[in-house]
Amino acid sequence: MDKIIGEPKKAFMTGNETVAWACLAAGADIMFGYPITPQNEVMHYWTRLAPKYNRGFLQTEDELSAGFTTCGAVQVGKKAFTATAGPGNVLMQEPFGMAEAMRLPLLTVIQQRGGPSSGTVVYSQQEVTLTTYGGNGEGHRIVYSTATHQEIYDYVIKGFNIAWKYRFPTFILGDGYQAKMREPLEMYDPQDKGIEMVKPYSLIGVPGQIGVDREPQHLCNIYSLEEELYDVVMEVAAEYETITPELVEFDSKYCEDAEVIIVSHGVVSRAADDAVKILRNQGIKAGYFRPITLRPFPQQQLRECIAKSDAKQLLVAESAYGQLERLIKQEIYGETIKINNLFMPGVGIIDFDIINKVKSII
Amino acid sequence: MAMLAPATPKSWYLPTKPHKFCPGCGHGITLKALGEAIDELGIQQNTIFGCDIGCSLLAWNFFACDSTQTHHGRTTPVMVGIKRARPELITIGYMGDGGGYSIGSQHLLNSAVRNEKVTLILVNNTNYGMTGGQMAPTTLPGQITETSPYGRDAEATGYPTRGPEFIAELTPEGAYVARATVSKYKQLRRFIRNAIRNQMEGNGFSFVEVLSTCPTNWRTNAQQTWSFLEDKMEGYFPVGELKNPLGKGDK
Repeated sequence: MDKIIGEPKKAFMTGNETVAWACLAAGADIMFGYPITPQNEVMHYWTRLAPKYNRGFLQTEDELSAGFTTCGAVQVGKKAFTATAGPGNVLMQEPFGMAEAMRLPLLTVIQQRGGPSSGTVVYSQQEVTLTTYGGNGEGHRIVYSTATHQEIYDYVIKGFNIAWKYRFPTFILGDGYQAKMREPLEMYDPQDKGIEMVKPYSLIGVPGQIGVDREPQHLCNIYSLEEELYDVVMEVAAEYETITPELVEFDSKYCEDAEVIIVSHGVVSRAADDAVKILRNQGIKAGYFRPITLRPFPQQQLRECIAKSDAKQLLVAESAYGQLERLIKQEIYGETIKINNLFMPGVGIIDFDIINKVKSII
Repeated sequence: MAMLAPATPKSWYLPTKPHKFCPGCGHGITLKALGEAIDELGIQQNTIFGCDIGCSLLAWNFFACDSTQTHHGRTTPVMVGIKRARPELITIGYMGDGGGYSIGSQHLLNSAVRNEKVTLILVNNTNYGMTGGQMAPTTLPGQITETSPYGRDAEATGYPTRGPEFIAELTPEGAYVARATVSKYKQLRRFIRNAIRNQMEGNGFSFVEVLSTCPTNWRTNAQQTWSFLEDKMEGYFPVGELKNPLGKGDK
């Protein structure tokens, strides 16, 4: 694979620019996109970079089309990606459903904005439910919630590999702050970090002569009988459950002796990290747990954290009205620990907010 | 005297024959013309056939070509994505009038404007067949369907969409645009062949609407079916080539 970055180097840039560079370094062949804030600059940077590296781009008529063109491109073996937010994420649930059903390795970057409806163009964590479980029926997907630009870079590269290795649509869930904010990161070519990129392959338009050395490939996406669909859904569910331990990622700190464990994801986990350190300095035993994969959710790891600690309480902090909390409740069903919340839908959360909340509940 | 069995196109996938379309449906005729066109052009090995949802979905394993099945109205963008990613492949999208002119109209319109190098075949039978015969954009004024039980009222629901006409207006010179009918088989096959050749030559967007029959939902016998096609539909939807960059227009 071509080297894009050369020697690993420091950069200071926005998250959207980071996405474009990471896709380039990961060997993405083509992007399909439609304008929506706050992901626009992913397209802006990609359209500047792509022609120099012989990569493709198409601005489609809407997000439905962006999603379905991406589905088409990956079916014929090209690393394709798209990016969207908010109402665009709603429209893309239709092609994402097709990707779940047909096991298409899409890579999608979601930069969350405020909702419902057009909401705000600024920031939120309100697209968790949609991004993790937005499809009709019960499809499977992989969702990484990033917190820093370094993670955006790392997980975009990883996301392509995970998508093509396991053939589940894969999401990088960012937000407007991560999209627009500048911060330092290190950019690198995957091979320089010992990362082997998974080679894409075709599902249709495959090598060989039909009727001579192979059968035609007929990709099916609708079934006549209940039992046919049942078999497919059960088979995919079983496969997803098998690979879940390989996929799950999380971070935890200070949980062993914690009285209260703060659970947050994405950019809010940075505030939680700061809050825990400050609380500890003040003698309050706070712990930190952050799911990196929101789907599959690190439920076993969270249960273990709770079990190992003395914590009597969780505090779920999110820039949404309970989307992470709902995930947690369904994932750790049966735990008796009290669950408190700090819901700030569509607005940023800083350490101060979390510290005050912790002090009010202990 | 022994009867000669009609020749089967080489590009048909025989394990899935006989096909599953209703008796009297025009899809079989259209897909035979498409199969013969694929054979004549020798493109079976590098064709991607994509079908929509609606009756057209039954064609998902019809050909011995690599094939994919999409969503209702979304075959156009899937074909565009394939063509953009692998321009050496011949992409043939297959859809009905509901998929193409209603739920997928924004894709059809914008792909035409962008002059995407794909071939789309849209089967117009004036109703939504698979879902039980509802009114379509192409339902004729006065025509009875499940959602226009007193006949389509053009005042309330508008007039039928004339697809090739609007696509001809939207596309630049390299586009191929035609309307065929299953009642004129040789012309149908020629139009489909031209629409594929136009893609192979890299000229631009290639579109054929095919006037077709739906006796199941029209609730017509053989004679009434053919009469509706030839007298009513072909009257409202003129058959012919609207744009042919190949320079062999239908006279």
